[in-house]
Amino acid sequence: MPYLDYAASAPLRAEALAAMLPLLQRPAANPSSQHGPGRAARAAVETAREHVAALVGAAPGEVVFTSGGTEADNLAVKGAVLARPEGARRLVCTAVEHHAVLDAAAWAEADAGARVAAAPVDAAGRVDPERLGGLLEPGRTALVAVMAANNEVGTGQPVAAAAELAHAAGALLLCDAVQAAGLPGVDLGRDGIDLLALAAHKLGGPTGIGALVVRAGTDLRPLLHGGGQERGLRSGTLPAAAIAGFGAAAAAALAEREQPGYAAALAALRGGLLAGLRALEPALVVNGDPDGDALPGLLSVRFPGRRAEDLLLLLDRQGVACSAGSACASGAVTPSHVLLAMGRDPAEARETVRFSLGHASTEADVDAAVAAVREGFQVLAPQEAVT
Amino acid sequence: MTRTQVLVAMSGGVDSSVAAALAVEAGWDVTGVHLRLADTPAHLQVQGKGCCTVADADDARRVAATLGIPFYVWDMAEEFRRAVVDDFAGEYAAGRTPNPCARCNERVKVVGLLSRARALGFDALATGHYARVEDGRLYRAADRAKDQSYVLYMLGPAELGHVRLPLGRMTKPEVRATAARLGLRTAAKPESYDVCFVPDGDTAGWLERRLGRRPGQVVDRDGHVLGSHQGAYRYTVGQRRGLGIAAATPRYVLRVEPAAARVVVGERDELAIDAVELERASATDGRGLRPGRARVRLRAHGQEVGCQVVPLDPDNGARARLDLDEPVAAVAPGQAAVLYDGDLVLGGGTVAATVSAAARAGPPAPA
Repeated sequence: MPYLDYAASAPLRAEALAAMLPLLQRPAANPSSQHGPGRAARAAVETAREHVAALVGAAPGEVVFTSGGTEADNLAVKGAVLARPEGARRLVCTAVEHHAVLDAAAWAEADAGARVAAAPVDAAGRVDPERLGGLLEPGRTALVAVMAANNEVGTGQPVAAAAELAHAAGALLLCDAVQAAGLPGVDLGRDGIDLLALAAHKLGGPTGIGALVVRAGTDLRPLLHGGGQERGLRSGTLPAAAIAGFGAAAAAALAEREQPGYAAALAALRGGLLAGLRALEPALVVNGDPDGDALPGLLSVRFPGRRAEDLLLLLDRQGVACSAGSACASGAVTPSHVLLAMGRDPAEARETVRFSLGHASTEADVDAAVAAVREGFQVLAPQEAVT
Repeated sequence: MTRTQVLVAMSGGVDSSVAAALAVEAGWDVTGVHLRLADTPAHLQVQGKGCCTVADADDARRVAATLGIPFYVWDMAEEFRRAVVDDFAGEYAAGRTPNPCARCNERVKVVGLLSRARALGFDALATGHYARVEDGRLYRAADRAKDQSYVLYMLGPAELGHVRLPLGRMTKPEVRATAARLGLRTAAKPESYDVCFVPDGDTAGWLERRLGRRPGQVVDRDGHVLGSHQGAYRYTVGQRRGLGIAAATPRYVLRVEPAAARVVVGERDELAIDAVELERASATDGRGLRPGRARVRLRAHGQEVGCQVVPLDPDNGARARLDLDEPVAAVAPGQAAVLYDGDLVLGGGTVAATVSAAARAGPPAPA
């Protein structure tokens, strides 16, 4: 089945499955236990920690395992706010951050005395560091959130420049790298990132595991209290198998990234997809800036006059998986806050489809997707926009 | 031969769940769709009532998985807000009493969804309404107590040829039994009542939040002031409670005059009307309302009376007068009037004006 929805969840890598299976099959062991099986589980966890750290230029001791990207973002935002005195709890986020960041910030504003400012983005979805800087109140800002690359349109952000501004104002820099972790653009040390969020399943690891990478010396309050695991920042029994799968996926992603031409090959696949779609619909509009500093496997396009949810149904019926913006709790596709922040109107946002490619994508997948869209267009004629 | 492609509207209730199951049993190629009709679903749910909550979407999704059919959630909150919710408030503000379910069927759930289904290549739309479509005509449901043909009168031949109503010959207990037999999670789900976007049933409070207070006077037919009110939209023709006036005999709302912020009240016998004028009238056979005899229903669960249909608009029959065989009490402008010949739905329209029996018998009422 042609799968072009890596940005939602990437297929599990063989390496990740192979790393997980022995831990699932072997006798139960808590990685915190002092006996042999416990030590073996702990060793698997620590190996994984090294792989995850290496992927983002961090030290192993800076990796805090969480249940996923959402928890990592929540721990970063709320943990940073709670570590600061009231009056120094300002939060500055780009308008296109993931809801895990934006909604955690909204909670902090409503319930923890924070004040939140959203930094606007341009038509491609990129934040202007100068405008971001204008929102920082030195000494009163706890955290600045600038994602590495946007999950809906793929646009990369000036993370290193934002980190400099944040530090000059005495604030921490959170980089949500959930979508961009496999790419060379994310490096904790080089870019001056204090907090970096990851999710295993976007890298080809399992769901249910992620990490917040916390630069040594960063003051953060935990959200989960209990056994004191992960240096007290995240209590809870470590899921050794899931962590091992995460580590193996991170190692595989790192090896892949270091192959010459990997990103270029992905971008070339995407280019073929775009060319195929454009041949079907010359009026197609590309969101973001794929030729710039963007995720090479992600293509966000609008088909004027065709609702994305209609097109998705037709593609699904042909076995092609892709996505339309972000889904709300009911499962409906609602106009994306990212596209709205980029200046699109709700009708345009409803016409936007996201195709995303990754580690196992092939030309055959791209060809199948183009063929399915062609079939879909046979059925679905463009209509006047519904606003 | 390719199977009939049917899109089923699945609200997450037992009726549409069983409609989907019967569509599958009929051998059709079935796809389920749940409509998200509210921007803030959580606010619509009060003790399990209301519709289109996240829980309802989950129930519908679970039923679709049980039936093994593809399932999608479509966001039609914008259409619903504009076509139904705004219209509901606007109609009350204009002194009328709207029927939001008929409006929703017309603009969103049936006609709107059908046109979308057709655009996607589906042959038909199936819903869990209790009514029958046979030979392209619309009939009452076999279960008269559950009959919903009243809210479907606006369907014409263009729609009826592509609408499937699998519950039309079933009773509610049979529907529940079918759901239980198939192991559908919605089998024991309670009925939803009231207006789905006013889940606590407090329409007056909802309107006040929406329209603000618009105080005015409660008067009798001669214009004598009997009391005051906080908004004419809180009143509907025939209403007795909540008038806030002391009178020896019960008083009823005769008319709502929002422009003057006046509510006109009178005695019970003054409620009787013996003719209504319809606007936006249509016939289920698509040929416009024609002169002749019919039975008319003026409320979803109201009485039916015989009438003579008098078209006022010879070109398309979009306006008509119904001369009632016997007076009917308390008919509110804005309500649907639906015409029947036995079980066959002839068509209907929106009540634009009523003619009071008392006015006709005696001197004309003051404007």
